[in-house]
Amino acid sequence: MSADADVEVLRRQGRIVVVGASLAGLRAAETLREKGFTGSLTMIGDEPYEPYDRPPLSKQALLGRARPEDTALPRRRDIDAEWRLGVAAEGLDRVAKLVRLANGATVAYDRLLITTGTRARPWIHPEEAALDGVFVLRTREDSTRLTRKLAGGVSRVLVIGAGFTGSEVASACRELGLEVTVVERGPAPLVGPLGGVIGAVADRLQRRKGVELRCGISVTALEGDDVGRLRRAHLSDGSAIDVEVAVVSLGAVRNAEWLAGSGVAAGPRGVACDAGCRVFDVNGIVTDDIYAAGDVARSPHPLFDYQFLSLEHWGNAVEQAEIAAHNMICAGPERRPHLWLPMFWSSQFGVNIKSVGVPSMGDQLVIAQGALDEERFVAVYGYHGRVIAAASFDGAKWMGFYEQQIAAGAPFPPEYRTVDRRTETLQPVDPAFPDPHLPTHGATVTLTGHSPSERRVTFVPAHA
Amino acid sequence: MRLVVDLNRCQGFAQCVFLAPDVFSLHGDEALLFSPRFDEAQRDRVEKAAAACPVQAILVDYSDEPTLRVEPDVG
Amino acid sequence: MTPGTITAQITDYANRADPYPLYAELRKTPVRREDDGTYVVSTYEEVRSLANDPRLSNDTRNRPPGHARPGQPAEETGLPPSFIFTDPPVHDRLRDTINRPFGPPHSPRFLDGLRGELAKVVTELLDAFEGKDQVDIVEDFSYPLPVTAICKVLGVPREDEPRFHVWADALASSLDPQSGGGDESQEKAQRARQDMGAYLTDLIETKRRHPGPGILSALAPDMTPADLEATAVLLLVAGHETTVNAITNTTLTLLRHPDVLQRFLQDPGLAVPLIEEVLRYEPPVQFVPWTTALADIDVAGTTIPKGSPVWLMLAAANRDPQRFADPDRFDPDRKDNEHLGFYTGIHYCFGAPLARIELHVAVPELFRRVTFSQLLEDPPPYRANAVLRGPRHLPVAIEGLTA
Repeated sequence: MSADADVEVLRRQGRIVVVGASLAGLRAAETLREKGFTGSLTMIGDEPYEPYDRPPLSKQALLGRARPEDTALPRRRDIDAEWRLGVAAEGLDRVAKLVRLANGATVAYDRLLITTGTRARPWIHPEEAALDGVFVLRTREDSTRLTRKLAGGVSRVLVIGAGFTGSEVASACRELGLEVTVVERGPAPLVGPLGGVIGAVADRLQRRKGVELRCGISVTALEGDDVGRLRRAHLSDGSAIDVEVAVVSLGAVRNAEWLAGSGVAAGPRGVACDAGCRVFDVNGIVTDDIYAAGDVARSPHPLFDYQFLSLEHWGNAVEQAEIAAHNMICAGPERRPHLWLPMFWSSQFGVNIKSVGVPSMGDQLVIAQGALDEERFVAVYGYHGRVIAAASFDGAKWMGFYEQQIAAGAPFPPEYRTVDRRTETLQPVDPAFPDPHLPTHGATVTLTGHSPSERRVTFVPAHA
Repeated sequence: MRLVVDLNRCQGFAQCVFLAPDVFSLHGDEALLFSPRFDEAQRDRVEKAAAACPVQAILVDYSDEPTLRVEPDVG
Repeated sequence: MTPGTITAQITDYANRADPYPLYAELRKTPVRREDDGTYVVSTYEEVRSLANDPRLSNDTRNRPPGHARPGQPAEETGLPPSFIFTDPPVHDRLRDTINRPFGPPHSPRFLDGLRGELAKVVTELLDAFEGKDQVDIVEDFSYPLPVTAICKVLGVPREDEPRFHVWADALASSLDPQSGGGDESQEKAQRARQDMGAYLTDLIETKRRHPGPGILSALAPDMTPADLEATAVLLLVAGHETTVNAITNTTLTLLRHPDVLQRFLQDPGLAVPLIEEVLRYEPPVQFVPWTTALADIDVAGTTIPKGSPVWLMLAAANRDPQRFADPDRFDPDRKDNEHLGFYTGIHYCFGAPLARIELHVAVPELFRRVTFSQLLEDPPPYRANAVLRGPRHLPVAIEGLTA
């Protein structure tokens, strides 16, 4: 039987299993049906909910403008799937082509798609993390619990980590009229994803909006009262603050542990796959029946020196899922590469922040349009003399242009005149990213190295 | 009925806010907030908002809530 | 096509009724250089990309001497350019200020609140069709509605509207590159601007002392009188000239497509996609001839040199087969209709939401109540303006009026 005939049989009567009933999982399932897949489709998810949208959970939901339970994603089409929700996948048997579920059941597949995403990195000390009043924010339930707590009258909220999520939480709390202390280990908010120059703008913005911002220090311990309620946080400078609520926003952990021992290249940095979303095994050999997409995947990108990028981005989840679905059910020559340009947004303190490309790769930065002190600008990042990224504060309409500049490998610094250029010549500065060897909070693009899978890779469970 | 806005595409033209101010709003000059769920009373406005989006970033699902075949999976 | 005559052909009145074959010809060279150094861009991706390009300026003072500088008033009027002829940061400050009483985030329900009054105007206009077997859609319907709307938005007394009619016509034709080039037309426009300015100075002064409804009252404390005047003039002109075309074009297009009309009559919900499709198919602003390159710009294999005037052909881009399948077909079922009917980028039409509200109020009601017999003149007579292109009259025979 030819490979083409195999593909035809697969399309008609194959069994496709999606592990991760997420944005990526749903869009992949829709794409499979859209492209004529008529076999069986099983959606496995550890949460008891159909796929929902996460970005509103730290914005609209906290502000009381949308209920966390109302975030179920709209469907592009009917997917006629068997849903197995509320049960996590626990293991993968590549030889028998089976997914093992937490309840002992097994699900057989001809093609497997891994979209298990990430979870919030928990507070370092489990017993402190269990205190009443200590929260993370990633899931619907997290959002429901936090929203309820904030609505119940809280004198001060502590946000641990000033990445995007932490800053959004702080913003919502200020808007709700709550006192907020943000503790950030780095020199300013958002330094991990955008660098210190832009971080300084975020710093001023937060302080102007009434956040008590404490950078360059960290929380060393959370202290509870005798009934297990959070009452105080201890900081690395020796001081302490009385708080009832702490929101731990220390980035995400990839949900890849369930693949331990399966022989696929999965670890704390994600599941390695090729540009066509096909997962590598631990020997760097590509599998042809296992695919990955979304936050959990990492894949090589030609615009960024073929480094393996792992992108915790909404748009990446959608795009990569579509590519994976397409490639799962077609023959080799029709497969498409996933070359999505990283794109990100955050809204906080009334400012719309967008980025395109990979700012953290930047070795230089210019403010191409607008002005930092007006909190409306476009910053352009350069890497080895070409444009590698751009970030805007309330400048979304310009991002398409810089996207083209990045895709074209345009020279940096940009020498041409533009509207809203504030100086005759652009003087590149160091974007001031923290030492990449130090752990940072909530960098949403992670460069995970050149190799799809180090030769001796073994599964290492993620430690917080 | 549900909707989601692709906020990568969204550039803050705010046409949806003009046309369906109970479902969409601006937070500051450019950041868009939306209600992911809406009812029949808003249907007509949401339809206009989605059609008017200059970058076609609004995905709307007018179907009734899909019935999930949720398997309790208590093995 | 003879080189060097492209812009002349675009503005040639002979091409007004159906410019689309000419646009199809233009798209064969996506970026075309005129002998005078003007660049005409006509394909979708290129127009879209340039409209979002920070190297393109709307401030025509960036043009080298010898080129037309639309939007730049002569020194003696004293009025600054309106915001569509400015670049950031001036543009952003002006537009943000003007938007404050007009739209979100501060006034998201202002326009929505006008729906009821506009519906009433539509009812009155259509009631007047009673007993007639022939009407002029422009004079009897498309023109009066936007005039009322923009007067309500600004807070201009309706009884002063006839005075604006004359001024607005003169100003709009000054935007047209052909007549705009003529001294006489420019003088007329300048005079109209001054007269209207004098009227508005009085009105604004009155609004300052006795604030009333409308955005002029709201803006009076925040803007210089000159900026406010320039803004009011712009909004009045735009409010008069573009929505008229949008409503008329929708009517004309539907009457030319009886199959779609039939569907629409049975399914009024078709109005929403249908209106967007008209904005693609017959956009009220056909092209933007007032941009200028601030730097050399490489686009579609051509370098537009710094200082070049650039014309962005929105209507040609909207019919680009590379972007829209079967682009000359009027198809309200078209998916992903990301048309450029209201432009794109930071200069996206300020009045677009008002125009849409008017279209949503006017079009379904017009076709619900009026039973059309036929177009009496096809093509109808067009106005001279090539930028704000639209019929001067649209005479139609009607068979009846439903309550």
